[in-house]
Amino acid sequence: MELIYILIFSLLALPYAALPGRARGWTLFIASAIALYALQPTLDIRWLDFSLPTIMLVITVICWWLTRSSGAVDEHPQTSQAAPPQRRLNENLIALFILIAVVLILTIPRYIDFPSALELTSRPPPIELVIIGIALALLVGGGFGRVPVRLSLPVMLLVIIGALIVLKTEPLTTALAGVLRTQVGLQSSLAKAADIGWLGFSYVAFRLIHTLRDRQLGILPALTLRDYVTYVIFFPALASGPIDRADRFAPDLHSVETMRGADAQRFMDGVTRIVIGMVKKFVIADSLAVFTLSAVTVEQAQHSGALWLLLYGYAFRLFFDFSGYTDIAIGIGLLFGIRLPENFDRPYAKSNITAFWNSWHMTLSAWVRTYVYSPLSRRLIKGKRLSNNMIILICNIVTMSVIGLWHGVTLTFFIWGLWHAIGLWIHKNWSDRTRKWYRSLKTQPTRLRAWNIVGTLITFHFVVLGWVWFALPDVNIAIRMFARMFGLNGT
Amino acid sequence: MNDTRVTWRFLLRVVIKTAALFVLINIIFAVADPVPTLGRVSIYNRLVPGRERLPYGEDPASYNLSMNSIEAMIASHAVNRMDTTDYNVWVIGDSSVWGILLDNADTLTGQLNAADLNIEGRRVRAYNLAHPILSVTKDLMLLDYARTLAQPDLIVWLITLDSMPYRDQLEPPLLRENPVRVRSLIQTYQLPLHPNSEQLADRTFSDYTLVGQRRALADWLRLQLYGVAWANTAIDQVVRDYTPRANDFESDPSWNSYTQETEIFPSVLAFEVIQAGHFAARGVPVLVVNEPIYRADGTNSDVRYNAWYPRWAYDQWRTILNDQATAFEWNFIDLWDAISPNEFTDSPVHLTPLGSRQLSALIASAIMDYPKSAVKPLSLDMGI
Repeated sequence: MELIYILIFSLLALPYAALPGRARGWTLFIASAIALYALQPTLDIRWLDFSLPTIMLVITVICWWLTRSSGAVDEHPQTSQAAPPQRRLNENLIALFILIAVVLILTIPRYIDFPSALELTSRPPPIELVIIGIALALLVGGGFGRVPVRLSLPVMLLVIIGALIVLKTEPLTTALAGVLRTQVGLQSSLAKAADIGWLGFSYVAFRLIHTLRDRQLGILPALTLRDYVTYVIFFPALASGPIDRADRFAPDLHSVETMRGADAQRFMDGVTRIVIGMVKKFVIADSLAVFTLSAVTVEQAQHSGALWLLLYGYAFRLFFDFSGYTDIAIGIGLLFGIRLPENFDRPYAKSNITAFWNSWHMTLSAWVRTYVYSPLSRRLIKGKRLSNNMIILICNIVTMSVIGLWHGVTLTFFIWGLWHAIGLWIHKNWSDRTRKWYRSLKTQPTRLRAWNIVGTLITFHFVVLGWVWFALPDVNIAIRMFARMFGLNGT
Repeated sequence: MNDTRVTWRFLLRVVIKTAALFVLINIIFAVADPVPTLGRVSIYNRLVPGRERLPYGEDPASYNLSMNSIEAMIASHAVNRMDTTDYNVWVIGDSSVWGILLDNADTLTGQLNAADLNIEGRRVRAYNLAHPILSVTKDLMLLDYARTLAQPDLIVWLITLDSMPYRDQLEPPLLRENPVRVRSLIQTYQLPLHPNSEQLADRTFSDYTLVGQRRALADWLRLQLYGVAWANTAIDQVVRDYTPRANDFESDPSWNSYTQETEIFPSVLAFEVIQAGHFAARGVPVLVVNEPIYRADGTNSDVRYNAWYPRWAYDQWRTILNDQATAFEWNFIDLWDAISPNEFTDSPVHLTPLGSRQLSALIASAIMDYPKSAVKPLSLDMGI
């Protein structure tokens, strides 16, 4: 998120606070839809920076349609979903018309010259094309909604996972970019993955999968279209998370109607959090960018000390960058009355790798625990063919591989996931075997503190060395870096 | 979150106190003007090795940046660790000396150092104090400041015609952003440049505040951060593919503000600045070199030597330069055609590593001859 948007969002919180309670939920809904376009970076392929946010809206509406049906658990009877069916229908229709209106209004800059600062997208497509696109989307979505949910939900899950795989696999994204380039008369040989830079799709996809799965399991709270769309594309959390849960987000969203607008405490908390995030991101992380670890800098480094320096620099940059963005998102959320979940809790100060993963990108860890680890382990336990230890190892490998591949479908991200899976498995076995001994340390505070310091140093360096796989695009470069770092090639 | 809830009254007090503190800090900052002093504080030559050439560049991948603080630039340079038992040669000039598209080892100074020269038992060590800007006033400014910090044994000053016109002397940002220093040079050396030129805009009080100096502070910080990368990679320039200098031209006789062939008067060229450089050297001998240029043989090469210079202007320049050097009794060599046209890269003055080595051999031989010349005392009567 650029500084200008942080400033705009922060300032918008002032008039927002003055709005009547009922208008606040609608304001967040409309603001999130507009921000979807505003935050989307400009792309080389014509109309794509308009089309991608629009497709995201369409997919979100379809997912809502699939997850909306009766039978869903209404955990929040005070919510608007608890309103009479006719009022609920009206509200959903209003939300749908607002979304369509937002999309159509955003095509206006094609016909009227606005100052460039006010243009949210590059030149949008003609309005007639957009109308045809929306009509088609409604037809397809409506038709899809008539398919029984036992079929439509898995199909939708596959569509989202498929899209995620394509976007995270560079050769596939490049091939797709080549096709799109050809369609708009650009040279396909110049296609690159960045041509399809779809802002926030990784996070949105995980939120959508969560709602679809919870709908399958019958545990998704009933949500109106307005609430569902706001949850999925809530603007502070669009670009870098955190990945909230709908059942946690909805009560917050409904409470904005009754919250006190002019709450000094909320403003203080929000602004403080934003400032902390900005210092982390724009001062510390951006300064550390000088030492960033990449294939080029690894080749440039003249001695092993330089490689260690690059690695430490990268580790802290990654933390300050990501946690800074999270702080900003949480701070902006607070200004608008939504408390987004925490994503980091001093991860590098943890004394074991399990604690690290409970404090690093916490919402992603929680997501994969819920939707990958738990179902897989339940299934394997039911199978009764494997020992518990083997089940844990397999579940760790699958779960951490999903986390790795979520960052990009490459061998190095997979190895990074494997690295942590094995680390978690070793720690699990270690802690099982040393539990009694560790408990006995509690009566010896000095030894316990010393052991925790040792544990923290080991954990920190395990994580830091793992970043080699994460940061470098090629296994051979990573292996060479390890060799040079430990003086195995004479440098 | 605290148990005690924040009130608007409390928030207002915080905002007022913060604003007051902010204003106060800015005023103190503007009065104290700590940026020049801060510029002299550097991790270079202490925690990390000094740079072999002055900071310049816009590509973060080169771990380098363009900045305007002369203090910080010089403080980052290896010249601060000069060994006085060596025969120290400072080489000043433009981008050709700085070494655009050349690694440090391939620059003129790199090649001179690699030649392992020896004068009267002292190892010759060359320092690259060039900066990629075409303005001899910039060279004078750097030299004048650097000489207050250290004393070399010889200064080699490479110039070319485009670094000489008075009308362009104060255009580069490095000069415009140092108006006090430039005015001082104009006054001290009685240079025929206007001290109140619009290019030397007066700085207001707000320019000296923390807010006004934020860019200078950020540049200083980046320079220090890049120091770590420099120490670990020895990279200060990313050499990429380039478009070779042109060999074919339109039949265009224009140069600088002249559209047609005409007589160039010495008064439009900054010879007084070169002479001031001799004073700024404070007794250290100066060797002035007319640097090599690319000589085209393509279309209209009878009109132009290269993209920068039509023949009529450059031929006149050489004559005038020779006359002025004789009149001022400068130690001067004209190497304009000393390098084969094949050894130029992307501009009429940038050399390949081989061209740089050939040039260094010529300059090395001039350096070796130099100690025989007596250091001449100079008076402030410039006599032009």
